Amino acid sequence: MVKEIERAGIPVVHVCTVTPISMTVGANRIVPAVAIPHPLGNPALPANEEKALRRNIVEKALKALETEVSEQTIFE
Amino acid sequence: MKLTLGYVNIHDIQLSNESKVANGVLYVNPDDITKLVLEDEHLKSASVDVARPGESVRITPVKDVIEPRVKVEGKGGIFPGVINKVDTVGSGKTLVLKGAAVVTTGRIVGFQEGIIDMTGVGAQYTPFSKTNNLVLTCEPVDGLQKHQHEEAVRLAGLKTAAFIGELARNVSPDSEETFETFGLFEGAEKMPNLPKVGYVQMLQSQGLMHDTYVYGVDAKKTLSTIIDPLETMDGAIISGNCVSACDKNTTYHHLNNPVIADLLAQHGKTLNFAAMIITNENVYLADKERSSNWSQKLAKFLGLDGVIISQEGFGNPDTDLIMNCRKIEEAGVKTVIVTDEYAGQDGSSQSLADAHELANAVVTGGNANQVITLPKLDKVIGHLEFVDRIAGGWDKNTNEDGSITIELQAITGATNELGFNKLSAR
Amino acid sequence: MSKIKIVHYINQFFAQIGGEEMADYKPEVREGIVGPGAAFMAAFGDEAEIVATVICGDSYFNENVEEAKKTVIDMVKKYNPDLFIAGPAFNAGRYGVACGTIADAVKTELGIPVLTGMYEENPGADMFKAKVYMVATKNSAAGMRDAVGKMAPLALKLARKEKIGASCEEGYMPNGIRVNFFEEKRGSARAVDMLLKKLAGKPFTTEFPMPAFDRVAPNPAVKDMAHAKVALVTSGGIVPKGNPDHIESSSASHYGKYDIEGVMDLTAETYETAHGGYDPVYANEDSDRVLPVDVLRDMEKEGKIGSLHRYFYTTVGNGTAVKSAKAFAAEYAQELKADGVDCVILTST
Repeated sequence: MVKEIERAGIPVVHVCTVTPISMTVGANRIVPAVAIPHPLGNPALPANEEKALRRNIVEKALKALETEVSEQTIFE
Repeated sequence: MKLTLGYVNIHDIQLSNESKVANGVLYVNPDDITKLVLEDEHLKSASVDVARPGESVRITPVKDVIEPRVKVEGKGGIFPGVINKVDTVGSGKTLVLKGAAVVTTGRIVGFQEGIIDMTGVGAQYTPFSKTNNLVLTCEPVDGLQKHQHEEAVRLAGLKTAAFIGELARNVSPDSEETFETFGLFEGAEKMPNLPKVGYVQMLQSQGLMHDTYVYGVDAKKTLSTIIDPLETMDGAIISGNCVSACDKNTTYHHLNNPVIADLLAQHGKTLNFAAMIITNENVYLADKERSSNWSQKLAKFLGLDGVIISQEGFGNPDTDLIMNCRKIEEAGVKTVIVTDEYAGQDGSSQSLADAHELANAVVTGGNANQVITLPKLDKVIGHLEFVDRIAGGWDKNTNEDGSITIELQAITGATNELGFNKLSAR
Repeated sequence: MSKIKIVHYINQFFAQIGGEEMADYKPEVREGIVGPGAAFMAAFGDEAEIVATVICGDSYFNENVEEAKKTVIDMVKKYNPDLFIAGPAFNAGRYGVACGTIADAVKTELGIPVLTGMYEENPGADMFKAKVYMVATKNSAAGMRDAVGKMAPLALKLARKEKIGASCEEGYMPNGIRVNFFEEKRGSARAVDMLLKKLAGKPFTTEFPMPAFDRVAPNPAVKDMAHAKVALVTSGGIVPKGNPDHIESSSASHYGKYDIEGVMDLTAETYETAHGGYDPVYANEDSDRVLPVDVLRDMEKEGKIGSLHRYFYTTVGNGTAVKSAKAFAAEYAQELKADGVDCVILTST
């Protein structure tokens, strides 16, 4: 899916837990997520901390979209 | 370790007013079972039915399948850490009610419970169309959380299987088979010219509700470790799994692990079955890396020449599979992996979510997306209304004539990744 | 049932017109069989008949592809056959390419089943094995009997439009389409056999060759995020509560497009996941954990991003064929483009 969006000419960032799969299938901008059942959250945290965590990941994703890349890159 | 399995062949199950095993027939008093099962306050109702090979019966949604066994000599009891104490099992003698199985059903827990057809095209794909099945339908009390529902039904099945197994305690078996495993050095001394072969079993542990238990421990909370293959024959590993029906390992599969059986069949002849490693399939990337690092370390530490790696489930566990394979190969140990495929209904899509060139020896249990049409059968045990919702089904997939069009994914055990079946794909 | 009618294509050499010096031979059609057609006819018995044979020089075909294709197709069409067979070409490179090209063209233009055969290393094999059924033959014409033995039964099946089994059962080269079948031994026993061969350094055949993945070059970065329109896409199956479009829990046949105008936060009452591959509890409690609408709304307000696109797209990654997912994405990517979306955040579980 990520490749088709890229192919259409839109920059795309893949936020996912299993980054090796993302590398294998060929995403160019990759941001690691928390866990498979809650990629952008952590139910163990209080609501405000969880949202801050999510905000942090989304900011990383936007940062990735603002960064020029020439090859597959994981934005840790 | 040395374990003898005594096979008590069961060719029929009859509901009766006395529970016993006599002349190859398992007689079950349904009240014995429902009383036992309803001790659990999480269950509201339970009923017992029988499904025999060839009968026009469909069981759905199937949760687990369990082979009744009883330990008659040696330490411990069946399903250690769950039904019996955590003694180390795998030695002595265990009786197996061959040809019988306990199947659990009841209202759906997750999405991923299966179908067992006792006749017709669906029966070709599930091994449990060939067993005499004691079907236990359990319904939860209102408002029970899904994971508690799963746990209650899981325990009900295990208790029932243990109860049934106990009925055969004093029956003399029709045949016996003895297996023996050795310590690492002892085995290498006895079989100096044979390659040291290991088995890496990946246990589904993406839970909640996608879990496997080893001596009662949730596998997702474990590091990769070693286990004697004979321990599995006494129920050291059990399923608590609601992953897709086609490639989850039921407790029956764990008790009758075919990789173990086929390696033991060659043990001392063409290979030395030196060790078994169990590892998990967790949802955090760090866990995936750690667990596969650990299976690599163990394979190397144990001095293995080659391993068979079996997977459970699909999707992100494909990454665990590829990590295990790649890392173990990189440690100089040869691998064969056993998996299945999701190549689309027309078979033309990508089969696995991950890939690596070192995975050059693959055995496949077939394409789980293959579509089949199951005929209308006379009797349904469980609930037919979920067939549009279980994994492999889709909205309005019941046809006018009552037949059901569905992917193999929904058939219990159809594309098993322990290599239990003959189904494959090219 | 009437006899199956077949048109057969061969080159100048197998028509015994000549070797390399006659490779410029232009297409010619003759009634009935020529050369290897006799072996096919013997194998078909009463089931099928080669009604005509088209002969064409290998050089002529490859140097005048369009013209040659057109001429041969016209010749074939006249006989209104049920099936078209080209070759077998064994290890003859230009003949193999010609067989693949013409078989593919006849299949596409005339809509009838086609079959060819050649040696696996023939350049025509890699070019056409995924497009037409192609039987693997030996590397020289000495393997004619063996080739016909495999091609004839498959030809009859194709002509009768019967179900075609797996490549290893039917003898055609793997064409990328995975077909289920029952092996003689169970999987675990095959795994043990394969490992013993691998350990002994003997040849073994994997049942699934690892695929090569294609790559797409990255697009330039977003220059001005504060004015960019950001869209959300997920394979985590987030849908409005009740899954109104019945997206399947696994092996999804369609994707969802949902309007989130005015939606500031995804709650347990309004959204859930249809995904069947992971524990749904957390996503059902708060779907922002998969699709971060709440955070992006905040950032929209703060001017960190221009706007959050009005629609999000959702699919269930679980057990869904990569090819379907690809087709879904190719479709909605065009919509995103038309809607002026500047960048996409795709979340997966």
